[in-house]
Amino acid sequence: MSRTDAGEPFLQHHFATPEQQFEAGKIGMWLFLVTEILLFGGLFVGYGLMRSRNPAAFSEAHHHLDRILGLTNTVVLLVSSFTMVMAVHAARTDRRKRLVAFLALTLVFAGVFLGIKYIEYSHKFHEGLLPGKFYSHKGDTVPGQFQFFSFYFMMTGLHGIHILGGIGAILWVLRRSVQGHFSSRYYTPVDLVGLYWHLVDLIWIYLFPLLYLIS
Amino acid sequence: MAEGTNYLTETRGLKSWLFTVDHKRIGVMYFWSIMTALFLGGVFAMLVRIELLTPRQTIMSAETYNRMFTLHGAVMVFLVLIPSIAATLGNFVLPLMLGAKDVAFPRLNLASYWIYVAGALFGLYSMIAGGIETGWTFYTPYSTSAGGGVTPMVLAAFILGFSSIFTGINFIATIHKLRAPGLTWFKMPLFVWGMYATSIIQVLATPILGITLILLLMERMFQIGIFDARLGGDPLLFQHFFWFYSHPVVYIMILPGMAIMSEVIPVFSRKTIFGYKAIAFSSIAIAVVGFFVWGHHMFVSGQSPLAGAIFSFLTFLVAIPSAIKVFNWLATMYKGSISLEAPMLYAISFLLLFAIGGLTGLFLGSIATDVHLHDTYFVVAHFHFVMFGGTVIAFLAGIHYWWPKMFGRMYSEKWARVSAVLVFVGFNLTFIPQFIMGSRGMPRRYYNYLPQFQPMHVASTIGSWVLGLGFLIMAGYLFASLRKPYDAPSNPWGGATLEWETASPPITHNFETTPAVTHGPYDYAALRSDA
Ligand SMILES: [Cu+2]
Repeated sequence: MSRTDAGEPFLQHHFATPEQQFEAGKIGMWLFLVTEILLFGGLFVGYGLMRSRNPAAFSEAHHHLDRILGLTNTVVLLVSSFTMVMAVHAARTDRRKRLVAFLALTLVFAGVFLGIKYIEYSHKFHEGLLPGKFYSHKGDTVPGQFQFFSFYFMMTGLHGIHILGGIGAILWVLRRSVQGHFSSRYYTPVDLVGLYWHLVDLIWIYLFPLLYLIS
Repeated sequence: MAEGTNYLTETRGLKSWLFTVDHKRIGVMYFWSIMTALFLGGVFAMLVRIELLTPRQTIMSAETYNRMFTLHGAVMVFLVLIPSIAATLGNFVLPLMLGAKDVAFPRLNLASYWIYVAGALFGLYSMIAGGIETGWTFYTPYSTSAGGGVTPMVLAAFILGFSSIFTGINFIATIHKLRAPGLTWFKMPLFVWGMYATSIIQVLATPILGITLILLLMERMFQIGIFDARLGGDPLLFQHFFWFYSHPVVYIMILPGMAIMSEVIPVFSRKTIFGYKAIAFSSIAIAVVGFFVWGHHMFVSGQSPLAGAIFSFLTFLVAIPSAIKVFNWLATMYKGSISLEAPMLYAISFLLLFAIGGLTGLFLGSIATDVHLHDTYFVVAHFHFVMFGGTVIAFLAGIHYWWPKMFGRMYSEKWARVSAVLVFVGFNLTFIPQFIMGSRGMPRRYYNYLPQFQPMHVASTIGSWVLGLGFLIMAGYLFASLRKPYDAPSNPWGGATLEWETASPPITHNFETTPAVTHGPYDYAALRSDA
């Protein structure tokens, strides 16, 4: 992109003003988030239909999940959303050190989330609580529990991929923050990555009760 | 006429094209890629038609035949029809029409193109990975059990979905944020409204296809138990998921075609468009209602009669905004001074063919007649009248209309008219016999058939040759025009939209200065007094 304009180094040539560029970026990000919600929406619908066909198996299977770990991860993500908000706020108010610190904190929480997820996954692998044809858990009283774990792994797996994507995006804005690219005049990438991170958080808030808290 | 440089000559070399972020160059790259796909899909279709010359084996085995029609369908739908108009002409013309320098996210635009290429390569790889015989709809249970090429083809469709989503996001942001000063929503050309409606569907429907295809792959690879009845799944669920995307996708294909009609018809009638707002809002109405009619593909699947009746009613409802457009175009032509250059010949073809395609759709939308016509050649003929008679014919109208702008040269008008007539005649000769066969019970996708249908199959195959000849001539004069020096004036047809105010071909930044919008997009009187 052309960075010839000394006053606005990050204004792309086809935009007239920084505001126009910022608003266009926001529209783009919101539309992208809509597509993400719809993508997960398809999985939610599939999960709902299969669970209504097979309520006993889903209810029985979900006891294999650890509610404490699930709840911990929910709290971890909520806190990371908060640190993300603080990072965006720091960028908007020209406090670069705070920006770097809060982005780094968000990364730490994202790492904790993945760590806990890793513990949960390895436990499931150990027990043979796996999707589809890989399901090999012994001693089931209710048949068809593999379906629950198919959805468990697809939903948390797709969500995990989004966490990884978020970590990549946060690393990118962190690097640019250290380089001093952002100020109250220009912080679009921080803002957009923040929006994305909130969505990833929001999806988990739906996943947690759906998978861990079947009554 | 170009003195100095333009977007084609400003930089040279392969790299300057492959890594360009110029919307015009990306549009041109899409154009050649989609034309290549159209050629391949056309060859597959011709081979299918040749096989159907006789009721027995003619040139290929039944298995090869199944692969051929699947490839034809998948290539034409995913690689040609869905991206065709939006990704080529939309990319090229939309920013020009808005008086913008580029789309909102130029790098995303380039990414969309490369994702398209990656998806296309995956699709073609399925040919050597064992082939695919499911038809382009990938119905379960066959698609979860059939071997080989299903996985790469489904992956290809998944990847192509991202390309489509990115184009949609880009266009919506561009239309909202990059209009020239004075270009209010109701001064936008109707082409832009059509692109806006198309983009909304691309953004809202494509993710559903994405997740459906992922679930299909998961079922294939891991037997997760969602579509396979033996594992407690529901094969019909796949059809619901699939058509929830694939009906709206019909409007991703046809709305851009309608958008081109709304540009070509007023220009070649020298008359302001009739019913501007009605046409603009009917695009949005089609986009919205189109999401609630998917069940008309499933009338005989065993869905409840009530659901069937509702889907049938809603299907009739979509016919209304489509008809509103057609009547407005006819009213635009009425008492206009019509000139019959190639783009207008295609526009008139569109009106005739799309009317037939639309009206025959009503036979399929009503439950009683659909039970008889379901899965016959009547369906095949119907959707070819809409998809070819509508989308492809409109695409050709658009290519001929904007060719001088895109490449800076005029093509041979005489040969263009010959080709337009051949395409029209060949198309009708190919598909009218299919309506007749279908109504008499010839099932679609069959390799063999009863001898009584042979004369009509032969007529249809001969029609496909006439159609092929039309395209061959078109390729000839279009390529020939590219060998000439730049000779196109900036406004060869006398259009009043902004893209005609810049040079042919435009400079890299589109306009020397950001244009000020002083007259409406169809205000030809103002144009004359300007000049
Ligand atoms: Cu449909």
